[in-house]
Amino acid sequence: MQKYQLKTFPKGGVHPAENKLSAGSPIKILPLPERVVIPVVQHLGAPAEPVVQKGDTVVAGQLLAQSKGFVSANIHASVSGKVFRIEERFDASGYKRLAFVIDRHDDTWDPAIDRSDTLHEHITASREEIIRKIQEAGIVGMGGATFPTHIKLNVPKGKKADILIINGVECEPFLTADHRLMLEKSKELMVGIRILMKALGVDRAVIGIEQNKPDAIDLLSSLAEKSSGITVQALKVKYPQGGEKQLIKAITGREVPSGALPVDVGAVVHNVGTTLAAYEAVQKNKPLVERIVTVTGKSLQEPSNFLVRIGTPVAEVIEAAGGLPEDTGKVVLGGPMMGKAVSKLDIPVTKGTSGILILPDSEAHRKPVQPCIRCAKCVSVCPMGLEPYLLMSLGQHQLWDKARRERALDCIECGSCSFICPADRPLLDYIRLDKMRIGALIRKEKKAVS
Amino acid sequence: MNKLLTVSLSPHVHGKDSTSRLMTGVVIALLPAWAVSVYYFGWAALYLPVLSVVFCMFFEFVIQKYMLKRASSLKDGSAIVTGLLLAFTLPSSLPVWILAIGALVAIGVGKMSFGGLGTNPFNPALVGRVFLFISFPVQLTSWPVPKGFHTSLTDAVTGATPLGLLKEGMRSGEQVSTLLKNVPDHMQMFLGYMGGSMGEVAAAALLLGFLYLLWKKIITWHIPVTILTTVFLFSGLLWLINPANNADPVFHLLTGGVMLGSIFMATDYVTSPMTPKGMIIYATGIGLLTVIIRRWGAYPEGVQFAILIMNAFVPLINMYVKPKRFGEVKKNG
Repeated sequence: MQKYQLKTFPKGGVHPAENKLSAGSPIKILPLPERVVIPVVQHLGAPAEPVVQKGDTVVAGQLLAQSKGFVSANIHASVSGKVFRIEERFDASGYKRLAFVIDRHDDTWDPAIDRSDTLHEHITASREEIIRKIQEAGIVGMGGATFPTHIKLNVPKGKKADILIINGVECEPFLTADHRLMLEKSKELMVGIRILMKALGVDRAVIGIEQNKPDAIDLLSSLAEKSSGITVQALKVKYPQGGEKQLIKAITGREVPSGALPVDVGAVVHNVGTTLAAYEAVQKNKPLVERIVTVTGKSLQEPSNFLVRIGTPVAEVIEAAGGLPEDTGKVVLGGPMMGKAVSKLDIPVTKGTSGILILPDSEAHRKPVQPCIRCAKCVSVCPMGLEPYLLMSLGQHQLWDKARRERALDCIECGSCSFICPADRPLLDYIRLDKMRIGALIRKEKKAVS
Repeated sequence: MNKLLTVSLSPHVHGKDSTSRLMTGVVIALLPAWAVSVYYFGWAALYLPVLSVVFCMFFEFVIQKYMLKRASSLKDGSAIVTGLLLAFTLPSSLPVWILAIGALVAIGVGKMSFGGLGTNPFNPALVGRVFLFISFPVQLTSWPVPKGFHTSLTDAVTGATPLGLLKEGMRSGEQVSTLLKNVPDHMQMFLGYMGGSMGEVAAAALLLGFLYLLWKKIITWHIPVTILTTVFLFSGLLWLINPANNADPVFHLLTGGVMLGSIFMATDYVTSPMTPKGMIIYATGIGLLTVIIRRWGAYPEGVQFAILIMNAFVPLINMYVKPKRFGEVKKNG
């Protein structure tokens, strides 16, 4: 085995059981659903505004809703068919959102989209064209944060990016979508990286991959040798290394200041899924209408990785992997550390759905909360250098001002504190409450000023 | 599908640690020292700690059920740890009824009166021990001389601990160097062959327990290493300045409760600071106070008081010593 020089972030972190059950399972194309539900908001920011109407016939790749405002993203049809309804539907967060319900006819695509497997390595688009195309394609951060990608490519005036970091860490247990993508779409990924480098005007890109994916490290390293400026950095396995700030620290040693953006230290991070989507948008005119989704769980018959059209009901993806196991107690969209538990399986796969995790009933429940024994484990695992026990206690006593001074807003909600707590205390729940209430305080202050 | 799914906030997985698992780890780490103690002090060293645990659990149960009227927390195992630690700081010749009083004070006053596990400012076992030490000075300072497993309680010979010898001798104006001729040599002390409390004598066994605690990630190195280093450096400094009036630093490390105190008492989660930096400040304080009390105080041993005094500073330390925040913004000026 080849020996790598490993890096990692220095402070905090935990080692949950990796459980990468589907790592050896190649990406399969999920059978097309008969009906898709496509919400107008699948990203961080303002909902997109519908541009088609009920009863309209649409083709795959057609614009359904136009982004509204700067922080927003376009929404496209993922199948061809008829808009059955435009109505409020539940999404993964448990809120009702306006969504297009489309009944599929066949699989007709917008003719401008190149769906062939031909690799287009030559980048002809200019910097502005790249950003415009990515914006038009409705691309958002596909690691789960779903922040509109074009905004991160527009480096603000007065700031300068000097390094692009490609996030292939996939530190969440169970998930393998990014791993499979790096193995099976490696050439497209490399072109995608060059596209993002051009858009940002940087001449250096580093792909960060954890050591538990040696095949991806080897493959991408060999490809990177042929591309100038691109290197692969192997990383020690440690959660939450895929967190933007932790990854920048691990690779460059730079620390993004509290309240600042990565670009303030010259770094921009994009997930491998996002990078592939950028390739497809720029070289193939393809909007973001499908993504790779891991469907996994210890009781699941066939943990797999599927290429899934956006809007496909979660239930259909689970069906394709052998169906919902008898002992199911919880279904999580995303990984076990940061994913969202859902109450129903008719909710759709969206741009940020990296995985569907099925937990048996025996692992679905929290244990009773015990008194804090002040073991300080939460303090030592917090990657942001916070004191979760204190933030929880301040939350319980509704001391939001104090929680703000103790930097509750710096919390990245990675869940390491709740994961490690021997007394099973819901530390992150209370920190989320802190953050929510502090947010309300800040809005109130701003109102008072204006 | 008509089955209801559980919905909760992330994270959806949990680590293996639990309060009872950690406490079990501490008990395992105490076993080597206990074994050595039984070897040197006989049957009493076997049954007194067991009785101490029984008393502690009994008092905790009774107080919770009949006085506080709340659910029992015996399962978390903290009463077992308190019981063992209390017994370990006592001589093996102690009458059982005194031990029972110690357990009542440790659990009742030291722990439950503050609200139970997690809210007590002082180490419960030490509260019990100090109460007994002040209330029953004679029984608490008659130390059986280590004989071996065959001795029974009745024919045990008592004598002074090395630290007691030193203090008494210095009071009567003798030279430290002549006094030290009457105590066991360092190797004997390292292996526990000396008069003393049941669980305090064998430095080697306690260090073994320390390695176990580190291996199982139950505690970090900060507190024990800092206390031992501070005691070594400070007593070493005094010894270098005046070897006639001061014992050597190795003597200080191997005698009394320094090992037990630094590894098992000062590291008590509830009563020690939350950050590594805070732990080092706290442990330095314990080390300094220990030597000061031993050298200039009225008592031969100072660890117990040093830990209790520094326990009182823990809330203050936690308030002012913060971890290094990620992306700390430096303030101007």
